[in-house]
Amino acid sequence: MSAAVDMNMLGGALLRMAAGLTLCPLLFGVINRVKALFAGRRGQPLLQTYYDLAKLLRKGAVYSGATSWAFGLGPAAGLACCLCALALAPLGGQPGLFSFEGDLFLFAGLYSLGRFLTATAALDTGSSFEGMGASREMQFAVPAELALILGFVALAQATGDYSLAGILGRLDLARWQACGPVLALTAAALFLVLLAETCRIPVDDPNTHLELTMVHEVMVLDHSGPDLAFIVYGQALKMWTLGAVLAGLVIPARGGEASSMLLGAVWGVAGIFGLAVVIGIVESSMARLRLLLVPRLLVGATALSGLALILLLR
Amino acid sequence: MRNAQAVPLREIPLLPAEEFCTEVLEAVLHEARLSALFCAPAGGELRLFAILAEDRLGVLHAISAPAGHAYPSLTPDCPQAHLFEREIFETWGVTPLGHPWLKPVRFPRKDPDGAPHAGPEIGLTHFMQAQGESTHEVAVGPVHAGIIEPGHFRFLCHGEDVLHLEISLGYQHRGVERALVQTGSGGPRFVQLAQTLAGDTTVGHTIAACQNLEALSGCRVPAGAQMLRAIGLEMERLANHAGDLGALAMDMGYLPTSSFLGRIRGDFLNMTAKLCGSRFGRGLVTPGGTGCDLDKKRAGEVLAHLREVFPQAMESVELLWSTPSVISRLERTGAVSRVDALALGLVGVAARACDVEIDVRQDYPTGAYAYAHVPVATAQTGDVSARTFVRHMELLHAEKFLVEHLTHLPDAAGPSGGFSAPVRALAPESLAVSLVEGWRGEICHVALTDENGRFAAYKVVDPSFHNWAGLAMALRNQQISDFPICNKSFNLSYCGHDL
Repeated sequence: MSAAVDMNMLGGALLRMAAGLTLCPLLFGVINRVKALFAGRRGQPLLQTYYDLAKLLRKGAVYSGATSWAFGLGPAAGLACCLCALALAPLGGQPGLFSFEGDLFLFAGLYSLGRFLTATAALDTGSSFEGMGASREMQFAVPAELALILGFVALAQATGDYSLAGILGRLDLARWQACGPVLALTAAALFLVLLAETCRIPVDDPNTHLELTMVHEVMVLDHSGPDLAFIVYGQALKMWTLGAVLAGLVIPARGGEASSMLLGAVWGVAGIFGLAVVIGIVESSMARLRLLLVPRLLVGATALSGLALILLLR
Repeated sequence: MRNAQAVPLREIPLLPAEEFCTEVLEAVLHEARLSALFCAPAGGELRLFAILAEDRLGVLHAISAPAGHAYPSLTPDCPQAHLFEREIFETWGVTPLGHPWLKPVRFPRKDPDGAPHAGPEIGLTHFMQAQGESTHEVAVGPVHAGIIEPGHFRFLCHGEDVLHLEISLGYQHRGVERALVQTGSGGPRFVQLAQTLAGDTTVGHTIAACQNLEALSGCRVPAGAQMLRAIGLEMERLANHAGDLGALAMDMGYLPTSSFLGRIRGDFLNMTAKLCGSRFGRGLVTPGGTGCDLDKKRAGEVLAHLREVFPQAMESVELLWSTPSVISRLERTGAVSRVDALALGLVGVAARACDVEIDVRQDYPTGAYAYAHVPVATAQTGDVSARTFVRHMELLHAEKFLVEHLTHLPDAAGPSGGFSAPVRALAPESLAVSLVEGWRGEICHVALTDENGRFAAYKVVDPSFHNWAGLAMALRNQQISDFPICNKSFNLSYCGHDL
């Protein structure tokens, strides 16, 4: 009996993970569509990212003679980090593939590791542009990581659980009524972290062609072919995963039975795509921040998380 | 002398080199601007010419000196001469003694008819250097990540801060000035070349070139043609300013303004096409008048299109000023002080944004501008936001001008009717200076004729030639990531520099 339930759970988790793996490139399509709508354009096809990925995977990669193994390692290891984080992330109140006490630190750490490897690959090229990008990314990472971890700690304190699945599984309307301000502050902080982690306006401009203003894009300028596909896909996965956590926080839908499990997953997916629409609206309605102000925005996010924690501890 | 006026060469003062330099420095000290400084063969020898512009009085002065092999450099006391002197050194081998940064400008191709000076290899120059902990150089170009012209930018940085930006252009080796001289005394090829001096300023440069021909031949342009030229020039201003504001929004990542103005620029270009058949105003201006006429019906159509599109353009520009994130991005970015602007001799939008009230349309009016006052738009802060504001104001003024003049066209059938007058032979041994306020700023063309009434020299100064130094100045102590929007706020021409 319990083995059957476990099998069911495992099957559900695998299905949720498969949904993430297949649907995540669609997020970029949705964002682009929203932006096109605001700009009065028709926009590129919704599935454009899939076409791009297929194209890149068919191509060969070019490696500069000045680079070493660190350059080739960056994209693959970065994608591996994103995949591991996806396996930890719950969707719609249901746990991910793995879940254990304290996995939220692993979750945050995986992104730090991915960033470190991308920055190492960028530095490995010896280009002044990429060095500049790596320096910026690392500078922004400091407050972003702090905001993420403080936010998680606040959530753990609010729910009394130390695993991502446990935290998001315990959130429901009653919890929102009990400590709404704390959850709202954390959600706002996580949203800013998500914008920074996925390189969206106002932190970074994924569509710019201006090397001097780029943050993430300039670090990956030298990657091509399948390596670039890994990076693009990793970005999409990252947006999906962080989106799933944020959607789980904002939409506390949960269920124990099979039917409500499905309902929870549908709510989770809808939440992620809703988030993509919100990102599209943000990108259409404001200019990018001056690079000097980005750390201030992220320190602001840290302050929001910190405030949430203080509200709980008082 | 006045704008678009010819004077016999013998009336131009020929001073000894030292006196020439003193004269220029004195004039610049007393609010005159160096519109052009160049070497040209005249009266059997190589002479240095300076065209000094006194904006307050609307008067131009031309003085000259025998060039010799060297002369005392003006640059240490008059920074606006620096690029001119480098150009003289490179083209003619005349050394400005004591020039602080004497390096090539355009790397001209070796002259088949015996160049006096073989320049250095393309792109091989010295750049300013800085040493120390966390200083580094960033080199951008000459091949860029967009469909733009070649230019090399060398940033000297300390972390993210720019200590100094050095701009090295001259990758196009066009040899246009020489080709203009080779046309002899005007003609279709001359107009063709003038139109392509800078593709986005076709009307501006062609008017400047034609005014010189007309001044040298004593031709009077009919009123209707003068009006049509001014309409073309303002239309060019509309299209380019709108395009620039859109591009600026794009570089900030502000989508709505960028996409709407991108489209509206096309509308403005189409209006120009309605006037003359070319979106960029080719064939609009011809020596002695215009290449097409303008009847009430066509003017009405253009006017209707303008009235439909212009409010949309204004709406999207005003979006910039009502979005806090945009304003925070524009303000205090890339500021140039008024003192620097005057010292560098900036012109056009860049100068007016630094509270320097100069505008050829007001200071040296020719043609239709002699009868119609266009207000000069200025701003005080000299930063990207000021340059944006000046463009915004100039859009409004240009539209007002267009609406007024498209509504009240002079009667083409009247006594001074027609759209073209014949251009006769050019006066021999004369010099003519023609200034036009193109959308970027002051365009200066100087023509010299020999004893047969053929060109002895033809000098073109695009506003970009003055203003590139302003961009370098704007970047001092700025963030390197602010370069793109500073660059866009100037939007200077590479080909106008590389002539």
